[in-house]
Amino acid sequence: MADCGEADGPEKKDELVRAKNEGKELTKEEKQRLRKEKKQQKKQKDEKGPSERAKEKKPVAPSQPVATQPPTQKAPTVLPASAPIPVPASGAPSHSSPAPSPADKPAKSRAEQKAERRARQEADRASKQQSCSSSSKTKAPPSELNPVVKRLPEHVQVDDPAVVKRLAKKLERQQIPLRSDYGYKVSLFSHLHQYSRKAPLTQQLSIPSTVIHPSIVRLGLQYSQGIVVGSNARSVALLHAFKQVIRDYTTPPNEELARDLVNKLKPYISFLNQCRPLSASMGNAIKYIKKEISNIPSQFKEEEAKTKLQNCIDRYIEENVVLAAKAISKYAIEKISDGDVILVYGCSSLVNHILCEAYEKSRKFRVIVVDSRPRLEGREALRRLVQRGISCTYVLISALSYILPEVSKVFLGAHALLANGYVMSRVGTSQIALVARTFNVPVLVCCETYKFCERVQTDSFVSNELDDPDDLIVTRKGKTQLENWHDVSSLGLLNLVYDVTPPDFVDLVITDLGMIPCTSVPVVLRVKNLDQ
Amino acid sequence: MELQAVLMAAGGGSRMMDLTYNTPKPLLPVGNKPLIWYPLNLLERVGFEEVIVITTKEVQKMISTDPKVKLDVKMKLDLVCIQEDADMGTADALRHIQQKVKTDILVLSCDLITDAALHEVVDLFRAHNATLSMLMSKAHEFTETVPGQKGKKKNGEQRDFVGVDGTGKRLLFMANEADLDEGLVIRKSIMRKHPRMHIKTGLVDAHLYCLKKSVVHFLADNKSISSIRGELVPYLVRKQFSKSTNSPKVNDETHQNLKKIDSNVNLEIQISSRDEELLHLTQERSCWNDHRGDMSEAYHGGRLRCYVHIMDEGICYRVNTLAAYIEANRLAPKLFDEPAVHPSAVVSERCLIGADSIIGASCQISDKTSIKRSTIGVSTTVREKVKVTNSIIMHGVTIEEGCNIQGSVICSNAVIGRGADIKYCLVGSAQRIEPDAERTNEVIVGTDQLMEI
Repeated sequence: MADCGEADGPEKKDELVRAKNEGKELTKEEKQRLRKEKKQQKKQKDEKGPSERAKEKKPVAPSQPVATQPPTQKAPTVLPASAPIPVPASGAPSHSSPAPSPADKPAKSRAEQKAERRARQEADRASKQQSCSSSSKTKAPPSELNPVVKRLPEHVQVDDPAVVKRLAKKLERQQIPLRSDYGYKVSLFSHLHQYSRKAPLTQQLSIPSTVIHPSIVRLGLQYSQGIVVGSNARSVALLHAFKQVIRDYTTPPNEELARDLVNKLKPYISFLNQCRPLSASMGNAIKYIKKEISNIPSQFKEEEAKTKLQNCIDRYIEENVVLAAKAISKYAIEKISDGDVILVYGCSSLVNHILCEAYEKSRKFRVIVVDSRPRLEGREALRRLVQRGISCTYVLISALSYILPEVSKVFLGAHALLANGYVMSRVGTSQIALVARTFNVPVLVCCETYKFCERVQTDSFVSNELDDPDDLIVTRKGKTQLENWHDVSSLGLLNLVYDVTPPDFVDLVITDLGMIPCTSVPVVLRVKNLDQ
Repeated sequence: MELQAVLMAAGGGSRMMDLTYNTPKPLLPVGNKPLIWYPLNLLERVGFEEVIVITTKEVQKMISTDPKVKLDVKMKLDLVCIQEDADMGTADALRHIQQKVKTDILVLSCDLITDAALHEVVDLFRAHNATLSMLMSKAHEFTETVPGQKGKKKNGEQRDFVGVDGTGKRLLFMANEADLDEGLVIRKSIMRKHPRMHIKTGLVDAHLYCLKKSVVHFLADNKSISSIRGELVPYLVRKQFSKSTNSPKVNDETHQNLKKIDSNVNLEIQISSRDEELLHLTQERSCWNDHRGDMSEAYHGGRLRCYVHIMDEGICYRVNTLAAYIEANRLAPKLFDEPAVHPSAVVSERCLIGADSIIGASCQISDKTSIKRSTIGVSTTVREKVKVTNSIIMHGVTIEEGCNIQGSVICSNAVIGRGADIKYCLVGSAQRIEPDAERTNEVIVGTDQLMEI
């Protein structure tokens, strides 16, 4: 709804705004006064013309969404257009006109009224198109009048000092230390955080941590040091830590568990975010647990509520991680035939699980593990597969186009699946998909549905994660070439963690709901939302 | 609560009896503060709010009554007294306070002076869910001449052999030279799991340990272990690689000791079995391994893990010998920033006080004195024309005119007569040095102390 705040109606607007802000109904006198003012304005503007009048109606428009708020339910008598339906602005003035006009000009005939209405509508639409571009920048007075405004998450606005200050204030309120950025950031990614592993957040915390639960501190350390890596592992570890928090939680007097526990979790989530940015799967898990907590009926005793929550967590993990993995491997095994040469990238817990299951079901295949610096996660995947007895080949990503002619299928894991069908995964995945497409090798992405995310992203720049740049420094034969990279002012080390793969390169997504094309992700999300 | 701090202050200072026969070791002045202040300050700086202090009745009495002993710490001190003559080791002391231990503990010794970043030790303990995490430091040579030492310093100190893995964090091997008969024996099980081990000898153990709560319970069952450093730590380090801890099944060992140890391991399993599955699932799904080159999972599947943080730079001293005491007095002022000259000291204008000297409260320094690189204790009187260089003067000492004190340690309440020339001596507590005496490289103590063996 484009709201153009016009100059003529500021007093009215202010009054309305004031009334809404105070949350009171407009008193009788105010209502009468407003009605009189409107009559006067209409008489004035009758001479000016319909377009002006149409603009006149605009000041009424901002109040309409406000009308949907409970305190102003009596207001519709004054603002006749404010039916509980949030109607678009262009239609609103047309609604507003009939109501005052019978009061104002009872003499007008119906046909004339209709003509007036239509003229106003047209004029309104025309003027709206004109002023649309100019008004798009001017926001509605307070943002509460416009519930559709979405704020960018702060972790992609690091170069905006206002946002950083806001974050610092929030963390200070929650008594969590702020982690400072490290090193020179490449300009394209200067809007993201970049932390150093050698400066952990625990340096600024007191040692027997009282503000943050010990298991959350442990989890944060494990995230920042890279001991718990991988979307599934991080979510499971998070829920495990939440179980311990819930177990040690006692409701303070005069507080309700449902509300207080959610408030207790907020600083912990900020802390974990500071240690390492939250993943999409973690975000979904947090949403789920918050919903479960707030849905606890107030008559539950504390012990009952705690047991219920712990059971919920166990069930969530069981359904979305363990059983989903079983379902996905069942579907995926159908796609693996004897004699296949399967290419995997990095270490995806789900893909490893699928391959091990397939091997146990006596499929004959061999695996090519592609790895990349600086994480070199493929070594761990290689170890797990070889331990089971699967014959593997190991290459670095630079050898991809050399090895691809041998490959019959590519199995990729995903960190998250975005709502426009893009796959967010470890950096390098998009290259694998691209080259595989060039060689006409089918690319199958395996992803559980709890990793589906409502975000939309088409490039890897907007929202990503920057890891410690010192990881790129390597010492060979006693010499470390990049040791003093800080001194070279024009040198920046970039250690990206994620990238997005367009759906054109992905042939199939195997989820626990079945095998779907990449573009069906929004459907799944919609179905999930309906379920909830 | 995450960690409880336990401060061991019941030690006798057996290696510096000359200093400690009158003053208990925790209350020896270092930089004009009692020795026990330093670890307490470290804990307070890091954020602890309560400390359990295990000490003797004598120390407790002195802390509560003696005005010279001022421990201005804001933390709550829970003093637990043990009998002085009970000859309790540090592990025995832990067993004594077993009832108070409710979470994992951080054990400190009262003679530790350090500016280490404690979070490094505790982070290892937290992140790897370790059973033991300790602090060590590279040893520094003591450069000061130790009074009373005749001849070259014998390297009689037994060396410690510490074996760490490639990252330098995981503790694989710990043994003291005294325990090794013929040579260093390394078990095959260790070599199989960690083929590359770095063995270091020049390290000082700071006697700062993070221990899991189950270890305290284990100590309660195994009364044979009496010292943390001497017995418990080597035991835990060895146990990392023994077969019984690696298998979760109950072993039917007939050996009594092993049975008790298994019961401890089972205890550990019981505590964590509730959420063990989730932790196991996390580890399974996480693509991290602490080593590479073999087919084992992270930590080789072992449940007992010991970690060490080795400090490269920074101050870390254990004041348990005279040499360490002197060195600590030199460096301790760097750890706190109080003015070198206490405001209540009466210092006359014509005396020369070097920048690295510390003058305690209520001192009286007269004219024409020269004090360089020294520490003057509380309520000490220094008369005219005295030269004090490189020395440590404790509380309540009187130094008459014209004395020349160099490189010495003068204990509390001693009196140095007029014109005495003391070089590299240790003057015991309440001793009198007659005027115009000339002493070099001697330990002057009372006759009653001489009888102690």
